[in-house]
Amino acid sequence: MGKATVIPFGPQHPVLPEPLHLDLVVEDETVIEAVPQIGFVHRGLEKLVETRDYNQFIYVAERICGICAMGHSLGYAETVESLMGVEVPKRAEYLRVIWHELSRVHSHLLWLGLAADAFGFESMFMHCWRLRERVLDIFEKTTGGRVILSVVKVGGVVRDIDDAMMAQVIATLDGIMDDYTKIMNTLLTDTSVKNRTVDVGYISHKDALALSMVGPFARASAVNYDVRSFGRGAYGDLADFRPILDDGGDCFARVKVRCLEVLQSIEIIKELAAKMPAGDIEVAVKGAPADGAQASNVLEQPRGECYYYARGNGTKNLERMRMRTPTSQNLAGMTSALAGCDLADVNMIILTIDPCISCTER
Amino acid sequence: MAFASKSPWVIHYDGSSCNGCDIEVLATLCPGFDGERFGVVNTGNPKHADIFLVTGSVNEQNIDVVREIYNQMVEPKVVVACGICACSGGIFHDCYNVIGGVDKAIPVDVYAPGCAVRPEALIDAIVKGVAVLDEKSQALKESKKRGE
Repeated sequence: MGKATVIPFGPQHPVLPEPLHLDLVVEDETVIEAVPQIGFVHRGLEKLVETRDYNQFIYVAERICGICAMGHSLGYAETVESLMGVEVPKRAEYLRVIWHELSRVHSHLLWLGLAADAFGFESMFMHCWRLRERVLDIFEKTTGGRVILSVVKVGGVVRDIDDAMMAQVIATLDGIMDDYTKIMNTLLTDTSVKNRTVDVGYISHKDALALSMVGPFARASAVNYDVRSFGRGAYGDLADFRPILDDGGDCFARVKVRCLEVLQSIEIIKELAAKMPAGDIEVAVKGAPADGAQASNVLEQPRGECYYYARGNGTKNLERMRMRTPTSQNLAGMTSALAGCDLADVNMIILTIDPCISCTER
Repeated sequence: MAFASKSPWVIHYDGSSCNGCDIEVLATLCPGFDGERFGVVNTGNPKHADIFLVTGSVNEQNIDVVREIYNQMVEPKVVVACGICACSGGIFHDCYNVIGGVDKAIPVDVYAPGCAVRPEALIDAIVKGVAVLDEKSQALKESKKRGE
């Protein structure tokens, strides 16, 4: 047994687009302990509710994270709407969910690429990002933005998708299916992928529950938890929704769950597009949240359950806005999966929780 | 600029950005916009890099990291501030933990605005950065000549 040494990992590291620092305590090639240090991206934006009113804050909320931008603006808007008792038109709910599921497709494609890059499969990274560009094209056509959409407002949505545009969206999604199936088959059957992912970073079902893991990370350890299955908003109108589970608990299972979730999201978009009701896309919201009124909300982000809390004080500005993001839930699972792994697998394990540091630190 | 005098290698660091600009930096180098056809290669090593792409503003925690990466880069080097947060702090300029744009920490040569910065703007900024790189390397050569 060698002497324990500490290897710093990050904050600037080729595998991470974001700054996360880990002190890896290693003995020979085995990681004994991983101590995360965060705070590089902390901006303190929850405090901005004091200077921005609840309509302006939605632009701050969606800039919590550029990957889950749509989800955060949706989660924030839903929280404020329940704080003020606003009923959103059905069509707006459908449009919100369609954009939210599209952003899940783009987020998972982004992640599949980064994961492939983490084990040195660079051409797969390029292929995944090539498909992701097609989803971003949909965003650009329907909202005008590529990553920051600015399409949700308190009381509805800003833009409508008409039938001709919706047909184009579906056609684009159908167009990527062929390529996506090929990518998925490679990721799920290729031996070189399996060598790097099977039995790496195993977390049992019991540990996943004990560590309060959420999202695809938990669902890969057979934790049956997905906020979408509560059936709120347009999700309630789906004919059938079952979370995608896998009992593998290793990196391979996490790749598999996310691969299948892309297909599931595309199915959801198609179903909702077919059922799309006619009507208004927004209601006028007047007044301010009552003094002492409180509301909370959960939303299934691409990375897992995100919790929102808001409290009013009788003025246009909120008293308090608070989020608990999926990555902060999953950090405990990540450090526990890192303990005892090989140094070469650290990249892969860190990526399989799909860390979103700017969500976590805000 | 009629031709690029060299293939600029870039290094990317996320200051305190929201990820929007980071994924646009990566998207610039991926199929779709394909910065690599101009020879732009993403490297993880500051010593190999010519152009430093910084996204997001600086804060107390990361200002030393930004300076450290800049100091480890070899002359001549160019800094591109990608996105409005890196230029001035953007929507987060009045947050308590935001010092301001990247130019509060290191000298910035090219500013690429946008929230999030568009890949077209980034490619433009990198091309402008190559021109600055040429100027700097010329100046470096001349100062060496004078030194001899």
